[in-house]
Amino acid sequence: MVKIEDYGEFTTSWCPGCGNFGIMQAVRQALLAQDIAPHQFVYVSGIGQAAKAPHYLRSNMFNGLHGRALPVAQAVRLSNTNLPVLVSSGDGCSYGEGGNHFLAAVRRNVNMTLLAHNNQIYGLTKGQASPTTMTGQVTKTQPLGVAATPFNPVAVAVAMKCSFVARSFAGDTEHLAQMIELAMRHEGFALVDILQPCVSFNKINTYAWYKERCVNLPDDYDPTDWSVAMQTADKFGDEIPLGLIYKQDRPSYETHIPQLANGPLAQAATDFDALDRVLEKFV
Amino acid sequence: MPEKTVNIMIGGAAGQGLATVGQLLTKSLIRSGYHVVVRQDYMSRVRGGHNTYIIRASVDEIYAPREAMDFLVALNQETVDLHLNELGDGGLIICDEALDSKGRPGLSISFKDLAPKPIFQNVAALGLLASLLGLDRDVPAKLLTDTFTKKGEAIVKQNHEVLDAAYAWVAEQNAGIEPLAPVPAPVKRLMMGGNEAIALGAMAAGVKFCSFYPMTPATSVAQNLITHGRELGVVVEQVEDEIAAMNMAIGASYAGARSLVPTSGGGFALMTEGVSLAAVAETPLVCVVAMRPGPATGLPTRTEQADLNLVLYAGHGEYPRAIFAPGTVEEAFRLAHRAFDQAERYQSPVFVLSDQFLADSFRSVEPFDTRSLPAPASPLKEWAGEGPYERYAVTDSGVSPRVIPGFSETLVVGDSHEHTPDGHITEDIEMRIEQKQKRLRKGCGLWEDVVAPSYIGPESPDVLLVSWGSTKGAADEAAMDLRADGVQAASLHFSQVWPLKLDQFAAKFDAAKKIVVVEGNATGQFAALLKLAGAQYTGLVLKYDGRPFTPEYIVTALHKSGALEA
Repeated sequence: MVKIEDYGEFTTSWCPGCGNFGIMQAVRQALLAQDIAPHQFVYVSGIGQAAKAPHYLRSNMFNGLHGRALPVAQAVRLSNTNLPVLVSSGDGCSYGEGGNHFLAAVRRNVNMTLLAHNNQIYGLTKGQASPTTMTGQVTKTQPLGVAATPFNPVAVAVAMKCSFVARSFAGDTEHLAQMIELAMRHEGFALVDILQPCVSFNKINTYAWYKERCVNLPDDYDPTDWSVAMQTADKFGDEIPLGLIYKQDRPSYETHIPQLANGPLAQAATDFDALDRVLEKFV
Repeated sequence: MPEKTVNIMIGGAAGQGLATVGQLLTKSLIRSGYHVVVRQDYMSRVRGGHNTYIIRASVDEIYAPREAMDFLVALNQETVDLHLNELGDGGLIICDEALDSKGRPGLSISFKDLAPKPIFQNVAALGLLASLLGLDRDVPAKLLTDTFTKKGEAIVKQNHEVLDAAYAWVAEQNAGIEPLAPVPAPVKRLMMGGNEAIALGAMAAGVKFCSFYPMTPATSVAQNLITHGRELGVVVEQVEDEIAAMNMAIGASYAGARSLVPTSGGGFALMTEGVSLAAVAETPLVCVVAMRPGPATGLPTRTEQADLNLVLYAGHGEYPRAIFAPGTVEEAFRLAHRAFDQAERYQSPVFVLSDQFLADSFRSVEPFDTRSLPAPASPLKEWAGEGPYERYAVTDSGVSPRVIPGFSETLVVGDSHEHTPDGHITEDIEMRIEQKQKRLRKGCGLWEDVVAPSYIGPESPDVLLVSWGSTKGAADEAAMDLRADGVQAASLHFSQVWPLKLDQFAAKFDAAKKIVVVEGNATGQFAALLKLAGAQYTGLVLKYDGRPFTPEYIVTALHKSGALEA
């Protein structure tokens, strides 16, 4: 049995009170609940404060470039379908710099989980607007207030019929751990958009602000009803629904590739007989 | 007396099937035992425009395309108008009777009579050419059987009928065309292009993952991996952009799959941040850059050797790399294989520079002995050494033991930051210096492993032609032509352009009176590298019109520049 201590204890570079602490606690809980040991999965990230998460958990990990966690993570999974893959990435990383990769990952549906630490601000670079910063919010780099409409990752993901779309809150570790576990157990690409207060640079979307608005979806909510899910996903104001918003069971991308049926790519030796047969086609 | 060599240009619009005629004829020539060099010239369009497929075939070994055509096969009037002046002395034009051959001697054919449907005109053209060249009818006939059997017996039969009609028509003409001299003892050879050879070399090295975004002229590398990849267990993913392609390949490599990324300059420009990531994360990666003329979109379907500097300096920060530049299809195969070994051995990005000319140039090549290839280096699946596993352990060689995750309890970290030996972010000064020096030390190993340039010619030449990559054939033949004219000429070809190891070629430079660097760009990028390595050249022959070198072009340029004067 895996113990929570197996995932280690680390000193972090996060600000005191940062929402990332709650997310990391939930990640540990979700891994523990599935009895996944540190060597039995890969934790991938890009750049930003969220992306440092893999450094604060004993595990296999790959901390790559800004916005590029998803391509790395999908390829890790395609190369070894025995390994669960978890990504921690921020709103700037996954919805800004890596926006195209986000759209492609939703479409491709590789079996993996994206934890988007969505604090609606650029934290690591000290407070510029992110794709999810609300219209009108004033920052040092947007002194006239943000003019753009915020990106709604949940609505976009549902619109694209992403196979698993959940929203949770870093201030509710139990709910978050439950969503992460559900996401990891889901076969296909799973998005967990996590509302995460940035105590240093986002003075608007605070713990109190989120708590006032966040409402868990009712028990009888049907996440397979796409139209309802679209309406639910669109709500981001006085009321912000939390929970599994949309789910569609369909085969993951891996099942589409017959070459993967033989196990991890690293294990396959070169088939020289096959190669010679191929070369004969050039005669 | 029968000719030993023939140079045929087939021209027409995209969509007219000239590549089909060209490929069938090329294969027929190779199966008949001839040596072949193909050059393809096409426009960036799906249909229409003007394309050519040029086959040079010879009883003897040949290395480059030549300029004067013996036959101009015109599938449309534009081909006649544009290329009539490329016919050499005694050259003939072959075209449909409806076209105006402008008084040039040749054969006027009624394709309507030879081919029952326009779709069979390709086969009619194949039959005409094969027959004129004196190829045994059974050779193209068997090729048609091999090609069309999967479409059913009726189709094969129709093709054979058209072929026979073409052979019969030529027999009646008494055209007075000398056939090719027969090959005394035909040897089995393959028909293969540069990009095909790269894909096959990669498969021989055990490539398991390829991610790409389509871009001419690199796409055919991925296409070949797709075509044969299922049989060989290669996963090929067409991704959303080049950035994803590079990062995916890095992810796959981290997880233990040998990874290949094919692209061209414009795509590679986008990938460079990922090249830098591969370097710091010490992840093996083979990147094939099939060059085409830039900047930006440039001439999308033409050729150039102008991305050497881009590849040499790609990615921010400092780190060692190896760059291969195959000069022939055989080298494309061997160097692609070698690139995977080097990438794994030094856990760093390795590049193969191809270009449109080499990519699309079919050649006759000896079958490869795949079993005699050395097995490429491999990562570990488990750490069995002393102490805890450190992914970035500081070693004398700069190479750390590379374990791949998921096969044992060993935890494997990869990181884009400067990091501690166990892979975690650090800002520590000593650690930074130690890790940077460790990475740079890998360059010493790469330096020891450099492929020496190849030299052909007399020991103390009056002129030494230095080439790299696909220019090899034209430079070698230019030197041969000069020698035939009594000039003491030699050629030196670099199939690895970085690192450069002066002691591998300094003596050749010292022994030559004049040293002329021949390369397909406007600024002499490789010549500048040679200078950096401490080698002095005396002249340059450059070409940047988007078309490949020919021996004639080089010799003419040497005469013009006065490089051949004592």
